[in-house]
Amino acid sequence: MLFTSYEFVAFICLAFLLYYLVPKKAQWALLLLASYGFYAFSGLSNLIFIVSTTLVTWGVGLWVSKIRRASESYLAIHKEDLTKEEKKAYKAKEKKKSFSVLCLGLAVGFGILAVIKYTGFALSNVNSILGTFGVEQKLSIPDFILPLGISFYIFQSMGYLIDVYRGRAEAEKNIAKFALFVSFFPQLIQGPISRHSDLAPQLYGEHSFNGSAFFSGLQRMAWGYFKKLVIADRILVGMKTILGDTAEYRGAWALLLILAYSVEIYADFTGGIDITIGIAECFGIKLKENFNHPFTSKSTKEYWNRWHITMGSWFTDYIFYPLSVCRPMQSISKKSRKLFGNAIGKRIPVYIATIVTWFLTGLWHGAAWNFIVWGLLNCLVILVSQELEPLYQKFRKAFPRLSSSKPYGAFMAARTFLLMGFIRSLDCYRDVPTTFSMWLSVFTVGNYGELFSGKMAEVGFDAANVIIIVLATATVCLVNALLVKKGCDLRQSLADKPFLSYSLFALVIVAIIIFGAYGAGYDASDFIYGQF
Amino acid sequence: MKKKIIAAVCAVLLAAVLLFATHLLVMPKYIENPEGRLVGEYYSQAGDNDVLFLGDCEVYESFVPAVLWEKYGISSYVRGSSQQLIWQSYYLLEEMMEKETPKAVVFNVYAMKYGEPQNEAYNRMTLDGMKWSSSKVGAINASMTEDESLVDYVFPILRFHSRISQLTADDFKYFLGAPEVSDSGYLMQTAVRPMTTTRTGDDLFDYNLPSVSFEYLDKMRELCEKKGAELILIKAPTNHWKFWWYDEWDKQISDYADESGLDYINFIPLCEEIGIDWSQDTYDEGMHLNVSGAEKLTDYFGKMLSEKYAVPDRRGESELSSAWQTRVDKYYERKNTEK
Repeated sequence: MLFTSYEFVAFICLAFLLYYLVPKKAQWALLLLASYGFYAFSGLSNLIFIVSTTLVTWGVGLWVSKIRRASESYLAIHKEDLTKEEKKAYKAKEKKKSFSVLCLGLAVGFGILAVIKYTGFALSNVNSILGTFGVEQKLSIPDFILPLGISFYIFQSMGYLIDVYRGRAEAEKNIAKFALFVSFFPQLIQGPISRHSDLAPQLYGEHSFNGSAFFSGLQRMAWGYFKKLVIADRILVGMKTILGDTAEYRGAWALLLILAYSVEIYADFTGGIDITIGIAECFGIKLKENFNHPFTSKSTKEYWNRWHITMGSWFTDYIFYPLSVCRPMQSISKKSRKLFGNAIGKRIPVYIATIVTWFLTGLWHGAAWNFIVWGLLNCLVILVSQELEPLYQKFRKAFPRLSSSKPYGAFMAARTFLLMGFIRSLDCYRDVPTTFSMWLSVFTVGNYGELFSGKMAEVGFDAANVIIIVLATATVCLVNALLVKKGCDLRQSLADKPFLSYSLFALVIVAIIIFGAYGAGYDASDFIYGQF
Repeated sequence: MKKKIIAAVCAVLLAAVLLFATHLLVMPKYIENPEGRLVGEYYSQAGDNDVLFLGDCEVYESFVPAVLWEKYGISSYVRGSSQQLIWQSYYLLEEMMEKETPKAVVFNVYAMKYGEPQNEAYNRMTLDGMKWSSSKVGAINASMTEDESLVDYVFPILRFHSRISQLTADDFKYFLGAPEVSDSGYLMQTAVRPMTTTRTGDDLFDYNLPSVSFEYLDKMRELCEKKGAELILIKAPTNHWKFWWYDEWDKQISDYADESGLDYINFIPLCEEIGIDWSQDTYDEGMHLNVSGAEKLTDYFGKMLSEKYAVPDRRGESELSSAWQTRVDKYYERKNTEK
């Protein structure tokens, strides 16, 4: 069930109605029912994966928690009887036990993801390698259909397990409640990836209907639909033509695609997250923000602190940090310091952790080399920027007025936007050599005049379409500029101006209905991040 | 709170006005293809017709109600539309029977060959013109192709909003509606394009007419019986391989008519008797009749209606006569203009 389908609109209206009609104690149960209903629409067989993930994570979470509690109570009882060394040894033993159970849970959870998402990729690579050695017999590649949102709910579940292991989250005893945490339908398609300690108390809590909060949620949803349907899906029409013929659409067209895709994925992903957060708000649940004006970023590192924030923090908390401080890494650190000296040696573990994290980030986005190269290129830019930081500092010191001026800031933001746009096109062309060839063509094929010819209309960017896209994008930019300037939620500042806020809401709805790219004549398109 | 309620009402009104205006702007005006306006034109003339014609283009280009009135005093209406499918004919009849008590219902059987929904564009030409009723809902549900949705019919702007980037001067000119294109449902064609080929229809894999067509024909028959109207099955004259009427189909209709006690008139073998000259009376090489052919056929059939089916001559009713005279005048005015 697409967020942009009539079925979903009817589904969500019914869910809102029932949510505030049932006794408050049963609200979470209704959400669970709605979530499973929503999920069942994507295919009943997909329920197998979400149910197994839920069961395993719930069981392992309880097991880990039980070991920790038993250990704590044992230590409390034997506080006086044990020596410091005995306590330390006992703690280490219990931690090892708990860690083994955690690993079991992680292995099952990530195992499901690995089998479903990466088996085909792994086997096709094995086939390629066998081919280079002249082995003609190929391994047959299973054709798994990726269950809806599997990357998101598995990451959220595994994050919960690690949090329980670390003592940062309480293990949920009620399996039905835990099932809701894993399957909460608004965030099932494309996140945000929530933490149990943030989300669970809200999911299980009782919520009274609050007209203002509900309207605020509706506003956020409408804004998301505006971005998705008026901008993203309208751009998609032309993008599909350009991507469909890479021999014809090179040079200027590749640059147009890179720029258009940047806007398209922004409108698609942030639009989807707006809808998600808006729906949750209507249920009285506040989800974490996933974006913070990413295109104002002046560096790649800053960009990644502003784009898909919950995914970035997941990788940082559960991959990068543990990897940086794990024992093997400490031993590498020691050895590298000995070998290369302190200055270089201390960088090596950080580099390794960064590279592994970005490799996995790429792989999480998709089981294909383009995603891996995408991740590694992001990593490369971040590491190079890090190495060049002393030079930047010197520059800022030498030209303090210039480096703090607005035009320079704009230049930095534009540079980051372009750089990210080029790298991002890897997940658009979905093929590394093609993408590189397209990048090259931007600088070598001098066909920029074609962008001002009738060919634009042939591609799908006819004048009317372009005007709608430009005006809608300008509206989003204007709202974003107001948000940045005011530093607060625009909806809150409009809350005491009902005429203005209701009229603006009505205008957004009208704009979606009139200018949205939906229905016959347009291919219904899923949210891009739903594919990851 | 009061302020919020007023603000909400104003916002809803603002949205409604904007959406309604856009709806009027983006709805297809069917200027190039006036067939799309036929179904909706019925309502200005509903209520007092003794003969109702139903069917596809073979009906609305073959029977001239103005001639039926002028020559036989028969008050009639042609509720035809492009590729009108039999379930659409049934629901249109059901809708008309709410207000009409006709003596005869004439149904052209060519659409019996279709057993399933065909094409959204044609559906729209028939269904968008209907006023909302249970019959319209039934017609929509029976007609929708896989990609269509009832919501899009309830709110056509959801379907036609994409036209916002393809608007033409006509969309603004006919914002509030286009002038009537038909004469009591008859769509006049004045051009002459003689038949040039003697090719017959291609062989078919299966000559059986779909069972669903007969189910709807049963429903039409039952409805007519209930309302005391005579259902007459006809096959309008055509003479083109693309619109071929196979003997196998003809036999199935004849058998059905015999079993059901209905009359079935196939006009194709009667063309010579009617006086149709395929070098003069067609505007598209024998696929459809032009106005000259339609007048000949109407005259022929009018006599049958009058004599065999005893449809009354109502020229003596002053009010009706006056209304029909206006329509007849309009018909001849159009005929003279389009010549």
